Amino acid sequence: MAKSINAPRRYSVKSPLIGYLLRRFVTSILLLIGVTIVTFTLTNLVPGNPVAAALGEGAASNPDTVAAYVEKYGLDKPLPMQYLTYVGNLLQGDMGTSLHTRQPVADDLVKAVPATVEVALASIVVSLAVGTALGAVAAYRRGRLSDQLVRVLSLIGLSIPTFWMALTAFNIFFLQLGIAPGSGRLSPIYAPPPSVTGLYTVDTLLAGQWESFVDVMAHLMLPVFVLSLFTIGLLTRFVRTSVLEVLDADYVRAGRAKGLGGSRMLFGYVLRGASLPILTIVGIAFGSLLSGTVLVEAVFAWPGLGTYAYLSATSLDLPGIMGVGLVVGVIYLGINFIVDMLYGVLDPRARLA
Amino acid sequence: MRRLRLRIPKHWVSPLGVIGAAIALAWVVIAFTAPLYLPHDPLAQGLPRLQAPGIDTLMGTDALGRDVFSRLLSGARVTVPVALLLVAVSMLFGTIVGAVSGFFGKWVDEGLMRLTDLVMAFPTVILAMVVAASLGPSLWNAAIAAIIVSWPQYARMTRSLVLSLRTQNYVIAGRLLGYSPAKSLISDIAPNIVGPILVLATLDIGTAILLLSGLSFLGLGAQPPTAEWGSMISASLQNFDSWWIGVFPGLAILTVVMAFNFIGDSLRDIFDPTSALSKTGVSS
Repeated sequence: MAKSINAPRRYSVKSPLIGYLLRRFVTSILLLIGVTIVTFTLTNLVPGNPVAAALGEGAASNPDTVAAYVEKYGLDKPLPMQYLTYVGNLLQGDMGTSLHTRQPVADDLVKAVPATVEVALASIVVSLAVGTALGAVAAYRRGRLSDQLVRVLSLIGLSIPTFWMALTAFNIFFLQLGIAPGSGRLSPIYAPPPSVTGLYTVDTLLAGQWESFVDVMAHLMLPVFVLSLFTIGLLTRFVRTSVLEVLDADYVRAGRAKGLGGSRMLFGYVLRGASLPILTIVGIAFGSLLSGTVLVEAVFAWPGLGTYAYLSATSLDLPGIMGVGLVVGVIYLGINFIVDMLYGVLDPRARLA
Repeated sequence: MRRLRLRIPKHWVSPLGVIGAAIALAWVVIAFTAPLYLPHDPLAQGLPRLQAPGIDTLMGTDALGRDVFSRLLSGARVTVPVALLLVAVSMLFGTIVGAVSGFFGKWVDEGLMRLTDLVMAFPTVILAMVVAASLGPSLWNAAIAAIIVSWPQYARMTRSLVLSLRTQNYVIAGRLLGYSPAKSLISDIAPNIVGPILVLATLDIGTAILLLSGLSFLGLGAQPPTAEWGSMISASLQNFDSWWIGVFPGLAILTVVMAFNFIGDSLRDIFDPTSALSKTGVSS
């Protein structure tokens, strides 16, 4: 690419995009350290005896076990040293031992992550499709009956207690009507697909197991339905607002004046222009989905982070709970980093901020 | 103070807001007066177990032979006041932090905002769950956890409002007239912050109720035998066939959260005409 002689030097030497991405990366790393400080502080904040909380009452009555634990985590050393030991252990994949499964927390979580990622991704796809459609309709028909209706529906979606909706959906569609499979990711008659991505939908397709694939989709139905209600409400409101802003923009008027209409106008002009604010809200929606899984997965015996968190919380398994907090915090950071990167690539203005 | 005089223009009154206000008011009244007309003792276990809804027990009985209807009404006395209180506390704390941050800037601002970043680095329920678990399971610890996750949004909003208002001409004019920073903050800036913060707080009441009942559902909030909606729903996990144990408390949560969301959304129309279904058809 030929450089213009007139171009200001600072722009030709360093791309603002690279600078922006580097800044976002450093911020994410700092937040990552912050996340570990939070979980470390909370672990040490436990009222009473943190050793007993981490080992369980039984093991804590054995002085040798306690001494070994204190030695391993450097609990007799000052707090900053304890923190470094904590991070060192995390880097080696040691998150303590779960009190309810009696397995290393890290091993449990590694098994649980793909199930949650699968249900969260499916929910975000459904929410985006439905939310964009509803939001666009509401914006196009601003002030009319359909707009009011969408507004009320999205507010109701934001008001539903997800754990109650999960129980209700389970009751109606599985126990009463029997039209949806009730629990798990796959019926017992099918063997789990050979693990490539850990996502059963993708893995069954890769292995060419059509019947399993259909079964996996059926199992996804209810959890995705319940989880999507809240995010659909969230996305609908934002899509409506951002589409309204775009509808008044000059370039949309220009498109109209050219005689464009219908889908060309909707996809090429309006939704394209409204896509950046929507991208931001997708990051937030992911956060609420990850929150939702904790309250929903257990009802459907979905073997993911949510069920693990539920079982840890109800049995007051502190290492398990902290592990979930840490892993979900890291996943959420990663998603926000990806959103920021996409934003920087798509919108040159963001790079200079 | 002429500026603060209240008047209620006609376009402020929306059907959605009125419906929301009526439902919310009904729940607040129930929360205050429930003990006067409870048909049964919400904690007494004398009734036949797992009885379907009938004339004596309008919403049936649970696995311990307690009246679900009485527990539902007295549950309003747990969740609603605690949620209102915790939203008030996070609003007050967050607004003060945000005002300080926006007004003083520099390292104060930097430090406080990084703190909000840290809280917001977690999905809310996850952080609240982690905090509540490490504090120990109780309703008040769940409320503390909810405050910890919710104050940053007020701080962020107040800060950005203060920052944009500080450079407005009328605020600068006040400073040139010799207003002290405190006087400027209170008489010129504060009146323009109240509206958006109030909208946020109203919508946050719904979020707080969902969060509190969710934590109780996980066993990290109100402890048995307290009649609390979230823990009533989690008790129904063991008795799927007796649908009434879980369905009614869920409807209670749904209606009260919906009511505050309706009010908050209508308030937004009033305080921020540009974002709303403005009847004039002029958008931002």
